[in-house]
Amino acid sequence: MTPRLAMSGVRKSFGATRALRGVSLTVGPGEAHALIGENGAGKSTLMKILSGACPADEGTVALDGVRFEPQNPLHARRGGIAMIYQELTLVPDLSVEENILLGAEPATCGWLRRGRRRQLARQALAELHHDSIPPEIPVNRLTIAEQQVVEIARALIGEAKVLIMDEPTSSLTRIDTENLFAIIDKLRRRGVSIIYISHFLEECQQVCERFTVLRDGESVGTGHMRATPLSEIIHLMVGREIQEIYPRTERTLGRPVLELRAVGGHSKPASVSFSLRAGEILGMAGLIGAGRTETLRACFGLDRLARGQIAVFGVERTQAAPRARLRSGVGLLSENRKEEGLMLERSVADNLTLTRFGPLARLGFISSRQQARCAEGWMRQLEVKAQGPGQPIVELSGGNQQKIALGRLLHHEARILLLDEPTRGVDVGSKAQIYRLMGALAAAGKSVVFVSSYLPELLGVCDTIGVMCRGVLSEVKPARDWTEHSIIAAAIGSGTEEQEGPTL
Amino acid sequence: MSGRLAQMPENHVDQIGAPPAQPGLRLKKAFSVLGPFFGLALVVGLFMAMLALKDIADQMQKENLHGFTGWTRAVRQGSFDGLSAFVSVANIKTVLAQTVIVAVGALGMTMIIVSGGIDLSVGSVVALTSVLGALLLHRGWGTGPVIAATVLGGSLVGLVNGGLIAGFRLMPFIVTLGMMGVARGTAKWLAGNQTVNYPIESSLNNLMKMEDLDHLFPLPHGVWIAAGLAGLLALIMRQTVFGRYVFAIGSNEATARLCGVRVSLQKVLIYTLAGLFFGCAGLMQLTRLTQGDPSGAIGLELDMIAAVVIGGASLSGGSGSVLGSMVGAFIIQTLRNGSSLMSWPTFTQEIIIGAVIILAVGMDRLRQRRFRA
Repeated sequence: MTPRLAMSGVRKSFGATRALRGVSLTVGPGEAHALIGENGAGKSTLMKILSGACPADEGTVALDGVRFEPQNPLHARRGGIAMIYQELTLVPDLSVEENILLGAEPATCGWLRRGRRRQLARQALAELHHDSIPPEIPVNRLTIAEQQVVEIARALIGEAKVLIMDEPTSSLTRIDTENLFAIIDKLRRRGVSIIYISHFLEECQQVCERFTVLRDGESVGTGHMRATPLSEIIHLMVGREIQEIYPRTERTLGRPVLELRAVGGHSKPASVSFSLRAGEILGMAGLIGAGRTETLRACFGLDRLARGQIAVFGVERTQAAPRARLRSGVGLLSENRKEEGLMLERSVADNLTLTRFGPLARLGFISSRQQARCAEGWMRQLEVKAQGPGQPIVELSGGNQQKIALGRLLHHEARILLLDEPTRGVDVGSKAQIYRLMGALAAAGKSVVFVSSYLPELLGVCDTIGVMCRGVLSEVKPARDWTEHSIIAAAIGSGTEEQEGPTL
Repeated sequence: MSGRLAQMPENHVDQIGAPPAQPGLRLKKAFSVLGPFFGLALVVGLFMAMLALKDIADQMQKENLHGFTGWTRAVRQGSFDGLSAFVSVANIKTVLAQTVIVAVGALGMTMIIVSGGIDLSVGSVVALTSVLGALLLHRGWGTGPVIAATVLGGSLVGLVNGGLIAGFRLMPFIVTLGMMGVARGTAKWLAGNQTVNYPIESSLNNLMKMEDLDHLFPLPHGVWIAAGLAGLLALIMRQTVFGRYVFAIGSNEATARLCGVRVSLQKVLIYTLAGLFFGCAGLMQLTRLTQGDPSGAIGLELDMIAAVVIGGASLSGGSGSVLGSMVGAFIIQTLRNGSSLMSWPTFTQEIIIGAVIILAVGMDRLRQRRFRA
């Protein structure tokens, strides 16, 4: 049987950097194939070559046994290769149907056939069992999970033979993820091959038949997903063993440092109460849209409160601007690294030190040398791979960007860290490092609120966990009293068997 | 600073830590700083070549020479009037003096553009403040108070702009477009729709006066003032917390807010401070024309924006440099000066300057792309 897709000996260099040095990848028809590797291993570059965003230096790509060299993204799409990017690439102000058929509008001599467009859009959505999404509303009114469905629908329009999914579940909750897996199964039965890129190995195990591991621009292993133990795959990925992903540090819980009493915002959250103690890591689980991000934003003073009280270090200060919160030692890591968390074209040093220039300045004048030295110190400690403190953030990989964003809180000497999805889009090695860092911080008496949609890490890292459901935070209980099952039950509103999405 | 996380477990050694700053990074930085200077050298070189050719052609015509031998004779005997006029001390001094107004305005514009904003009202503000200064001089105010009133007048307009932009979250483009009309109208109203003359003997007039055209020094006071202001602003932008916040807001406003920067206050400050520079430019316009002209300086803001952009700033904010903007302003003035020495008509100048702006930005993008890959 000819494979649907065969790539072999693919090489690619950017200047002096050899991004790919010989990659082979074979995917059969109707197969879901996991492409695994740490950030910077070359997955993105390989997929860029396949989707026509950049040409390969060497190597061959064959589609159904016929040599195929995608010249540009349009050419690749016409050839049957569709890609769903990690960051959604929808046009937020256009409607669902406009997005689905963008670039493939049904038209007669340039005159749009609106009826036909709606029909095609409905068809595509129905095929994904999501005909509940109205095709005429703008995409920015949909949830992230729904937006992803729209994106997949768009890929289906082009009669895709190979569908590339780059971290499709990184912003999805458990239930939306299950829905996505059902869609993947359906697509496979239609004969569509799927290249599934994810850092969540358990997910790969669930959906994929085979895998290929990339490391440092080379394919270092391939095999059957279910027949291979995860530890072996991790070993292939990192080239070393990670004994303990979730380390436990010795820590004693002290007095309460952050207390929320019946806090509510204008739309979300509805009511949140908890008491965070010194040296505690408090996990916050829940579906996307449950109000976890909004809770953190309210704590940090980014959104106004409608009711409730907040006390920081025992002092009642309910309404406070971010500036005041930072002064009292509260730091927030945004879930949206690119749009909110970092200044992408500014340097590593500038990003690290933005909230606290004090120790680097004399009489209001910042010393560039001290700033660089300080940044170098953090880069060493956080093992950031970068050319130097002057390099723009945008040139760094996701994991390294996240380390810089975290480094800013460390430089600020924040004593209460509000971390919103700190491991999203981060490779395994950096993830383990972030967990270790959180453990070390807690051991040093600092406190962390850890929002995550990935349950194993919550259960592994946190002392206590609360679950958010429709804007209400459940009772915060010790982590050992929770199981994945009970968290999911609480997240969807226990008692109801019906599996409901956030706002569907 | 370090050692605070000493309790962090010692971990895998096979990962490379941060290597020291690599030469590539430094080279890249040097290249982006030098970019505008390359542009300047290119423009000067081109005009020198064109003027030399023109001189030779004139010489050949004058002496009725033909062919290659005629050409060589013209080269040997030619006086190269045009070329020597272009590179003469007097001309360089003139171009510097002519640059001053655009340069001082470009300082304020640099700050605004780096913060991700734009100001279209500068030309009108320059006219307004120059009319204001002329009226006050006419009334017999002393030099000091007139300078203060003119400069503060500019910053007052900036305060209004900044207040509207920050307070109501309006687009800078729209607010300053409106202010362009408001300030221009106010200037005409104050001046009674005609130019305002004042007693010529005011000491303000020495500001732009050129003395001793055979030597570069002394330069007109205005040039020194512009250089001093540029140095001051460069220091503020690079080394102060305020300056870093300007870059932060332009680069990513959400991040700045997250990091406790009071974005609204900062914006008001930026526009007000920039207004001071625009007031200065108005004062210089006044002393150059020795009268307040309410319908002068039309489109001046576009020269300033062009200078800032040629100097390497991005209109989407977050990048730009004071030195670059100054060189940019000088490039624009050199283009004007060279074109008039070539005795090209004004419309040719306009076309050339327009093309150079596009070219400069295009080359900048190309340069960045090459380094990014």
